[in-house]
Amino acid sequence: MEIVILLVVLAVVIVASLAYVGLRARGSTDLEPPPAPPVEAGASEVVVVEDEGQASGTVLAPPPEAPTVEGPPVEVPPVRPSFRDRLAKARGTFSGYLGSIRSRKVDAETWDELEEALIRADVGVAATQQILDQLRTMAKDESISDPEVLLERLKALLKGMLATSDRSLHHQAGGPNVWLFVGVNGVGKTTTIGKIARQQGAQGRSVVMAAGDTFRAAAAEQLAMWADRTGADIVRGSEGGDPSSVIFDAVERAAARGNDLVLGDTAGRLHTKTNLMDELRKVRRVADRDPGNVTEVLLVLDATTGQNGLVQAQQFTDAVDVTGVVLTKLDGSAKGGIALAIQATLGIPIKLVGLGETVDDLVEFDPDEFVEALFA
Amino acid sequence: MFESLSERFEGIFDRLRSKGTLRESDVDEVLREIRLALLEADVNFVVVKSILARIREAAIGARVHEALNPAQQVIKLVNEALVEALGGESVRIQYASRPPTVVLMAGLQGSGKTTNSAKLARWFRQQGRNPLLVGADLQRPAAVEQLRTMGERVGVPVFSQPGDPVETARAGVDEARRLGRDVCIVDTAGRLAIDAELMDQVRRISQATSPDYTFLVVDAMTGQDAVTVAESFDAALALDGVILTKLDGDARGGAALSVKEVVGKPIAFASTGEKVEDFDLFHPDRLASRILGMGDVLTLIEKAEQVYEKEEAEQTAAKLLEGKFTLDDFLEQLQQVRKMGPLQNLMGMMPGMPKEMRNAEIDEGQVNRVEAIIRSMTRDERVDPTIIDGSRRLRIANGSGTQTSDVSQLLKQFREMQKLMKRMPGISGTKSARSGRGKKGKGKKGRKGGGGRVTPAGTGRTTPKQPFTLPGLD
Repeated sequence: MEIVILLVVLAVVIVASLAYVGLRARGSTDLEPPPAPPVEAGASEVVVVEDEGQASGTVLAPPPEAPTVEGPPVEVPPVRPSFRDRLAKARGTFSGYLGSIRSRKVDAETWDELEEALIRADVGVAATQQILDQLRTMAKDESISDPEVLLERLKALLKGMLATSDRSLHHQAGGPNVWLFVGVNGVGKTTTIGKIARQQGAQGRSVVMAAGDTFRAAAAEQLAMWADRTGADIVRGSEGGDPSSVIFDAVERAAARGNDLVLGDTAGRLHTKTNLMDELRKVRRVADRDPGNVTEVLLVLDATTGQNGLVQAQQFTDAVDVTGVVLTKLDGSAKGGIALAIQATLGIPIKLVGLGETVDDLVEFDPDEFVEALFA
Repeated sequence: MFESLSERFEGIFDRLRSKGTLRESDVDEVLREIRLALLEADVNFVVVKSILARIREAAIGARVHEALNPAQQVIKLVNEALVEALGGESVRIQYASRPPTVVLMAGLQGSGKTTNSAKLARWFRQQGRNPLLVGADLQRPAAVEQLRTMGERVGVPVFSQPGDPVETARAGVDEARRLGRDVCIVDTAGRLAIDAELMDQVRRISQATSPDYTFLVVDAMTGQDAVTVAESFDAALALDGVILTKLDGDARGGAALSVKEVVGKPIAFASTGEKVEDFDLFHPDRLASRILGMGDVLTLIEKAEQVYEKEEAEQTAAKLLEGKFTLDDFLEQLQQVRKMGPLQNLMGMMPGMPKEMRNAEIDEGQVNRVEAIIRSMTRDERVDPTIIDGSRRLRIANGSGTQTSDVSQLLKQFREMQKLMKRMPGISGTKSARSGRGKKGKGKKGRKGGGGRVTPAGTGRTTPKQPFTLPGLD
């Protein structure tokens, strides 16, 4: 057995040294005989690729009917009430969580219960401790003994952490704006695009969807069905094809037809896969090339996600500069507390919240309701 | 942010080591750290409490065994407690006496039901069965399309019909019977645990198909909510087991522990990658080390055992220890290692690997190039690389289709490795390996006890007095 272990170690040293060489080689460009990815090179080349590959770039939906008139800032439809209603449904299952805190004066156990409440909402150990430390200082300074007052302070504190001036989805005049949707597998990127397409369409924007998920089986079909429902254009590539070229193709088409908005779907990827994250970087670069203009990179995050969500947000931001979070599936029993940690730690605002299956269930994030629901 | 439990323990254990035995206050201090580690790994709050209580009881009772180093003792206890909580043994599928054996897949949206239905079908096929996939997810657009594509990929037929999911599922099972397929896997739509209507629907699917196995598909990244989800699905469907997905990320997978604790049924399968073959029976002990942040040494050793012949291994090791390791041996080892699976995966299993290295994408093309370079050398060159001069270098580069700088780099790397190998025996712990891998492997010896299950057999071989010890195995 020892020998085997020894060899394993040897193997790993070999592997590690290779990986190390590989890393360095990639860093210094001139070491490798580089078979440079073709799409990288220039816009003209991309076009050539697209023209040859007949499978990529098929427009499925009818041409955009209305030439567009532009209003600069974006406002998501006023469906605010549904936030409360939808959450109430989930809240019912867990009512009375803070019951025992309210029933007595603030004591040592109160703090334990507050800790439990926050951790159970997936806020995370580190963030919870930080929050409670602040609250403790506050409670001491003001000698708070009324649990209601303490809870109010805590909520105010949390709302303060979520405060941001800007939750709008940005859209600039000029060439087609690109909104990219990124995230790990199964968080609801494609569905979110479908819903946003409908909402943006309702606001008079002409939308092109780019089926950049060329990896998952039938992902493009799924998006195509949404395109069908919402009347948006869709640009598809071949399965297993290069996502950047699909997105670029969509941008070009949008520019040619004078469309306002390209919604770029991407394949779900775990943030630990370096090559896939590199691919995503490229997608963003290519999408931002003239005439495209990437104005939003939205990280789609499943509300059931635990502490790994913070790492995800960090990695995706490092790679593609995430501008906002879409928190999906918040109508379940999960509280989505990790989004709080994400905004507090990384400063990425939560922009939209998914509260159900229908199009209108994707609503603008409301920090007050969110915080209330954390303790519901 | 997510430092491993062993790192957390370092400080405490440094103090404990001087003491010799565990006192109750020491145990409490360690338990606090364990609590934090478990919570950060997304183990449910309530579950953490009950596990800690168990560990505490065991730890305080175990103080009698004063022979053990306290650090090892605690880690061992924690590991044992986790393995026990995760379900001890792997699951065994019992096939129905009257086929088909029906398997029902349920779970939240996006947990990976469709993908894992196909992966499971592939697994059954490998067991010599003839599965049929039934697409009863009529809700998500193109879900059935996805299943069909996946089914094609794994060579398993797919049945589906539009309309009512309950009817589709029932018809699917009939179809399996008619076609003589002996396993029938029913994929259902994702649903929220609190959605009464849809939960009722899946209950009716279950009644219509009377499954032999009902699996809950759970995302390894799930947070505290995993408990609620498991409770609700178990109440509706009486689960037989859990399939844990997306384990290839860096989530600790504490949700598995929560689910297991609540449902009381084993985690049957685990999915560890995007490819259809990245799927296998679940090994509780390995996830225990993962939750504690200790790597997956056991899988690594298992793979190594499959690949290496004992005698061959001993010969190589002897050469290694005598410092007679040539490029030929290197090439041979490299090929052996590659048989163990993608290098990427092997890296991930190593404990104490620096994170950036574990997650680094290993370019297999790079490895091919290394092979090509060595193969382009003459025998003499392989035995004694020092004779390689400028013109030989150019020839090798041309022969392998690389640049001379690549050849130089490989040779340099090899020299460094040789040096490393020579220093390996006789030096305690991972010291020698460490210099090759960066600072993170430091001082892990004796702190990462893998529960003492695998003890290096110190039988009379020509190995030196102090063998190279892998962290986690002492």
